[in-house]
Amino acid sequence: MELVDLFQIVFYVAVLTLLTPGLGLYMYKVFSGERTFLTPLVGWVERGGYRLTGSSSREEMTWKEYLTALLWFNFFGFLFLFLLQLMQTILPLNPQNFANVSWHSAFNTAISFMTNTNWQGYAGETTMSYLTQMAGLAVQNFVSAATGIAVFLALARGISRQSSKTLGSFWVDLNRSVVYLLLPMSFVFALVLVQQGVVQNFSPYVDVTTLEGAKQTLPMGPAASQIAIKHLGTNGGGFFNANSAHPFENPTPLTNFLQILFLLLIPAGLTYTYGKMVGSIKQGWTIYAVMAAVWVFTMIGSVASEAVSNPLLAESMSMEGKETRFGVVSSLIFSTATTLVSCGAVNAMHSSLSPLAGGIAMFNIMLGEVIFGGVGAGMYGMLIFVVLTVFLAGLMVGRTPEYLGKKIEAREMKLVMLAILAPCATILIGTAIGVSSPLGLSSLANKGPHGFSEILYAFTSATGNNGSAFAGLNANTPFYNVLLGIAMLVGRFAVLVPVLMMAGSLVQKKISPPSTGTFETDTALFGILLIAVIVIAGALTFVPALSLGPIVEHFLMLRGQSF
Amino acid sequence: MKPMMIALKMMLFMTVLTGLIYPLLTTGISQLLFPDQANGSLMRKGTEVIGSELLAQKFEAPEYFWERPSAVDYNPLPSGGANLGPTSQILKEQVTARRLKLMEANRGTMKVPPHLLFASGSGLDPHISVEAARYQFGRIAKERNLNEASMQKLLDENVEGRQWGFLGEPRVNVLKLNLALDILRSNLRK
Repeated sequence: MELVDLFQIVFYVAVLTLLTPGLGLYMYKVFSGERTFLTPLVGWVERGGYRLTGSSSREEMTWKEYLTALLWFNFFGFLFLFLLQLMQTILPLNPQNFANVSWHSAFNTAISFMTNTNWQGYAGETTMSYLTQMAGLAVQNFVSAATGIAVFLALARGISRQSSKTLGSFWVDLNRSVVYLLLPMSFVFALVLVQQGVVQNFSPYVDVTTLEGAKQTLPMGPAASQIAIKHLGTNGGGFFNANSAHPFENPTPLTNFLQILFLLLIPAGLTYTYGKMVGSIKQGWTIYAVMAAVWVFTMIGSVASEAVSNPLLAESMSMEGKETRFGVVSSLIFSTATTLVSCGAVNAMHSSLSPLAGGIAMFNIMLGEVIFGGVGAGMYGMLIFVVLTVFLAGLMVGRTPEYLGKKIEAREMKLVMLAILAPCATILIGTAIGVSSPLGLSSLANKGPHGFSEILYAFTSATGNNGSAFAGLNANTPFYNVLLGIAMLVGRFAVLVPVLMMAGSLVQKKISPPSTGTFETDTALFGILLIAVIVIAGALTFVPALSLGPIVEHFLMLRGQSF
Repeated sequence: MKPMMIALKMMLFMTVLTGLIYPLLTTGISQLLFPDQANGSLMRKGTEVIGSELLAQKFEAPEYFWERPSAVDYNPLPSGGANLGPTSQILKEQVTARRLKLMEANRGTMKVPPHLLFASGSGLDPHISVEAARYQFGRIAKERNLNEASMQKLLDENVEGRQWGFLGEPRVNVLKLNLALDILRSNLRK
């Protein structure tokens, strides 16, 4: 590792840390309905949204009403996107005359984008019309991110309000997230991307004769507008098949830096927003510190792993699947960030990483997508682990566990366990089905332990709502499209629904004042305990599976064994 | 029924806002401010469009610099990497074959720069490393009757450093380099 590489890592963490309080404070103001500098500019759009839909900015919802609104909204999102793909031949903005998408791929993709997973079984530039990309996929990029933020806000209100019944309004939280946060930031980011070389047009593909006289067809399209929200909303679904490795999607080291920064920004900022909402900024910073520490640790681990020489290829720091303009270290900063954050965009092919760096990418997702995690989803997932940690600490000292003055009782713990265990079970059962059926095995591209890793990664990524892949696996088959579609639904809603139920239960409780026996949740001790709980829960569940994949592959590679 | 109707209308509202107005506005302003980039950073030789500065194209002739190996054979429809794992027998054989071919073509050493041995992630990586360009000097100099000093000068003019001094890696754009080679030749003829 050269000095310049180390400097890059320090620079990323420093910039993110500096931006977190500013953005966090802005989001706090937006979500509590205060005036901000953007209100004169876009306030009328927010008001227009209420008027046109018949909702109100003063409405309050119980957890059941909140969930009902969310589910209907997500259902229509799924339906719109599903139908758009099945009808793109008769709709406008399809200059390449792409056929309608197959039912199973459309089903998978609609779930994928609705759940903020953005797993892609298709290749964008040869499958999706411009209309499907911008009015279908990009719209879900916005609203699935806003849905995540909304659920986080409901939970934060459940913790900070007392003796109440309501958690805010889903429509207000959704509307404000899009209008004040996601849209303006995406717009500015998109223009920067275009300036650096990302395409943004509605032209048909361009046929050229190359310098040597061969024919080449260059893809076009409204890419920048979609790529901006793909990162900001931690979606990760690329406009092009190669995602952020594609030079039209991520043309320069600067766009690469910004794409990594933008996928971390909102998840990081929300830790500060949370601190403001519960009345103690230190609570937010503790959670931020936990997240940043794990990120730094996985970056160093990945670089160390890539530096191990592969005797099969007589190379270390292999360039297979990586782009020249990024090199190895920028690719690893990206791979660790995109897997911890449930983004799933990739600027290098994860399948070609060294065994342990690929394993770290997978393990990052297995941690439950709570280290930064998806927009909103990472924060509410993290709070699940915070409650679990408080509970375990309470058991150790034999007191009724309390979090920020709220008693944690049997109902909350049941919901916490459901939210943690359901995704774990889905990953392991899905992988077991994949590796034990001929349909699952026929999609493999790599043999040996790497083949197992392909299937394990697929179910991990789908359930974690991440969307990155060991992309050798041909997942565009009815078998994988349906199975992974179900995994994505479980991964999203088996966490989201218990979270809203828990918010509904917490909001009714009184906040008891802190006493000498109160277990503090804003200290370094608590941070370390929280990391331990997250890592141990992930490790206990997944080390056996990881041993059969990346870990055994690492040792076989050192012995010079190929498959 | 009320939440269902609001949900339907809200979905329509969001589709118009983020799915139509936003991309159209972005396209309009991009086309106004950055028309070259927004339309694919196309490169011309004379008046003819010969490709995009950002997308690799296939070079096989000995008088041109060669690109990195491509899993999609430089066809952008669709882009992608090989996705071969570190213990893949296929990858091992591919790398051995590429190493032999490059050593023979360039009369070079065993130590072939890694950028020429390994396929890129997109299959369209337009750059190679500086060492990968220098490795090909001998072959191209012989084909074009150029001395190594003028090759080095050409390379120096085309090297792109790290952005802001520390982001990414130093590199050279192969299409630009080859275009410069062709211009150099036509200048020599004059």
